[in-house]
Amino acid sequence: MATVKDFRNNVRPNWCPGCGDFSVQASIQRALAALGKEPHEVAIVSGIGCSGRISGYINTYGFHGVHGRALPAAQGLKLANRHLTVIAAGGDGDGFGIGLNHFMHAVRRNMDITYIVMDNQIYGLTKGQHSPTSAHGFEAKTTPQGNIENAIIPTQVALGAGIGFLAQGFSSDVNQLVQLIEQAIQYRGFALVNVFSPCVTYNKINTYDWFREHVYNLDQVPDYDPTDRAAAMQMVVKTGGLATGLIYRDDSRVPYEDQIPGYPERALVEEDLTLSGEIFQNALKQFA
Amino acid sequence: MLEQLSWKVGGQQGEGVESTGETFAIALNRQGYYVYSFRHFSSRIKGGHSNDKVRVSLKQYRSIADYTDVLLAFDQESIDVNVQEVRQGGVVIADSKFNPTAPEHVRLFSIPLTKIAEECGSAIMKNMVSLGASACLLGLPINTFREVVEERFLRKGQRIVDQNMEAISRGFNYMRELGGADPQFALRPADGTRRLFMMGNEALGLGALAAGARVMPAYPITPASDVMEYLIKQFPKVGGVVVQTEDEIAAINMTIGAAYGGARAFTCTAGPGLSLMMEAIGLAGMTETPVVIIDTQRGGPSTGLPTKQEQSDMLAALFGTHGEIPKIVLNPATTEECFTVVGKAFNLAERYQCPVIIMTDLQLSLSKQTTEPLRLEDVVIDRGAVASEEDLAAAAGGEFPRYRLTDSGVSRRVFPGTKGGLHHVTGVEHMETGRPNETAGNRKQMMEKRMRKLQGVEIEDSVVRTGDESPDIAIVGIGSNIGAIAEAKEWLQRDGLKVAHVHIHAILPFPKRQLQAALSGAKQVVVVENNATAQLRHLMSFFGVDCPNAHSFLKYNGQAILPVEIYEFCKEMN
Ligand SMILES: Cc1ncc(C[n+]2csc(CCOP(=O)(O)OP(=O)(O)O)c2C)c(N)n1
Ligand code: SF4
Repeated sequence: MATVKDFRNNVRPNWCPGCGDFSVQASIQRALAALGKEPHEVAIVSGIGCSGRISGYINTYGFHGVHGRALPAAQGLKLANRHLTVIAAGGDGDGFGIGLNHFMHAVRRNMDITYIVMDNQIYGLTKGQHSPTSAHGFEAKTTPQGNIENAIIPTQVALGAGIGFLAQGFSSDVNQLVQLIEQAIQYRGFALVNVFSPCVTYNKINTYDWFREHVYNLDQVPDYDPTDRAAAMQMVVKTGGLATGLIYRDDSRVPYEDQIPGYPERALVEEDLTLSGEIFQNALKQFA
Repeated sequence: MLEQLSWKVGGQQGEGVESTGETFAIALNRQGYYVYSFRHFSSRIKGGHSNDKVRVSLKQYRSIADYTDVLLAFDQESIDVNVQEVRQGGVVIADSKFNPTAPEHVRLFSIPLTKIAEECGSAIMKNMVSLGASACLLGLPINTFREVVEERFLRKGQRIVDQNMEAISRGFNYMRELGGADPQFALRPADGTRRLFMMGNEALGLGALAAGARVMPAYPITPASDVMEYLIKQFPKVGGVVVQTEDEIAAINMTIGAAYGGARAFTCTAGPGLSLMMEAIGLAGMTETPVVIIDTQRGGPSTGLPTKQEQSDMLAALFGTHGEIPKIVLNPATTEECFTVVGKAFNLAERYQCPVIIMTDLQLSLSKQTTEPLRLEDVVIDRGAVASEEDLAAAAGGEFPRYRLTDSGVSRRVFPGTKGGLHHVTGVEHMETGRPNETAGNRKQMMEKRMRKLQGVEIEDSVVRTGDESPDIAIVGIGSNIGAIAEAKEWLQRDGLKVAHVHIHAILPFPKRQLQAALSGAKQVVVVENNATAQLRHLMSFFGVDCPNAHSFLKYNGQAILPVEIYEFCKEMN
């Protein structure tokens, strides 16, 4: 059985020392090992950004596509091979800026994939512009006098879109994050784990200390019921989107793949592609 | 007696123009005639003039005629808009309801279509009454339509079938009483051979099915949507899936994801969607992921003429992506070729591990036409270089060299899920293992590896030449213009000119050698295309085809090119 070590490769991340993404990388590796996955059974599909590099830093199949489109590529991959464990990953700009449209529709479509967003409230790779999750008033290279737009609250957007599994983690609480990622992967349907993953280089406001002070850890709220959608929405609103832990899950949903008419149990990549003469002849009748 | 017939039905969009035209066309196709129909419609659902023009002949013409023998009009507008193309002595059949008037040069038959239909049970059957009147004029028995009527209406009950047949019969009789059974208009009988009747989009869908396509993410757009609508009905039989995505960017990225996963995946769009896909087409080129993209060209730019004919995406298909990648662009011309081209595109995509764009145009995609037998044997599946057990064993323990440098530039693919095949894939410049590497030496090596795949390659039969040797005129065409050119060629030959028809079926890799050979000895060259800037002719000179005496025939008003227009253009030159 594969261990955490098997999910490590010898590529040294080009992240700044202290970047929150290191913890996300480690958490994914631990979660995959804990779930008994083998490296070749997993594919990580990522977008563009510092965070997007993560697909190259974990010893699984990895696909690093274009900016904002990790989710469509991940869904395509899942359709080709429904037995793969597919994880999509990227930054807040990637997922909630350029890729927000795809996020809403991936939620709606509900394929069995896990989406991990490293949310640092800034554009890291392009060196410090504000992001869709930057707060109002936030000063960045493109908001020198303070952000005059309002922030997207990912957990609120996800619940609003009707997501079936929603969790939020924080890079300095790796134990919780590992657990959340494990649950998300096990969940049969589309799962989001939004991770507060500080950018130590460009975001001097939302630092580790800032998050430590501001997150609201649901693990410490014994009577919180993550199966109650209204309560989840209330919690997200009440905490300004800063609740961490398992926020919501609905196990009654049927994933997309299970609803496709005639879609085989076997992975499409395993299928014989030759068309039977009988199906062909029948198809011709319509045009006779 | 008529050897061939040009028949047209016109009315307000949504009042049964399409079903009238289709019933007529299918019924005649089943008699053994060659039928080619072209629909004129606008980008709205109800209202607005629309018409369906049908060419019926004993020989294959893949073009509508420039004139009309018989016009069937459901409103005065249809007469006003179309009567100038009705030939001298041609016939207009119109509903008495609107007191039709028509100019002197035609014979007008005013028939109470709506009233007779109401008497038969419902006003919507006026189209059947009009078909009956047409049948009388053309000397066709009313039973010509029985089979089609039964197929359409039997599920609604025998009574509906009977009512419709009654409507046809009443229309027939009314026309006869008006003296409309004219031997001059009797259509020479056909031999009864049963052939297929379909549009290019249906042939593409059927071709995709035969080619083993299993994933089709796409976003609806005219004139592409029929392909997804067709496959969504067929795919459950083979376990494939059509996903209606949120946009074309999602469609192409999902296609790439599925192809990376090892499925045969493709998407289908028109110009606006092709524009949105450009960045990801570059990703497919950079990651050497075999995807197929169908672009059913329509009038551009922007929303342009969404329901009209144009061939103006050629430069976009070739040069639209930033950066440089190997790419293949195929241009089918007929429904038969639409059927085979999808399998061919997948084979090329997988053999060269690059994106392949199939370009049709609205006329080819939507014109229903008599189609010669389609054979499953004509579609073979070749998945190109895929890692063998030995390749995987050789890489054991390390990373699989997905982008290994080879003489051909092609390296073995391995699909996620395969034990021993772990590797990285990225749109960032990378090394043999797929790991990012931006050094100058690696960049040069990898760029050359990718570009080498298609260096010196010309796709077989990219150029098809017919006609005379050492011609006075060689007419070069692409896509659906094949029919209009073939016909113009015959007319010019009848006038004593030596003419060749050179049709281009792929524009990337540009078939320079084939084209040069096909044009050799031609005194004059005419390049026929549906755009304003002579894209095809410019490609010829861009890729170094030596052709100093080339002229452009261009049409960009949204309408199909007619044989007579090419004929007159060539006559003026000579
Ligand atoms: C189409 C396109 N536009 C812009 C860029 C430039 N770009 C690369 S990453 C990025 C934003 C990165 O921010 P985020 O997604 O939050 O990731 P982070 O770097 O913070 O991890 C941008 C704008 C690009 N690569 N592609
Ligand atoms: S710039 Fe920020 S997000 Fe990027 S690696 Fe450095 S710390 Fe991480």
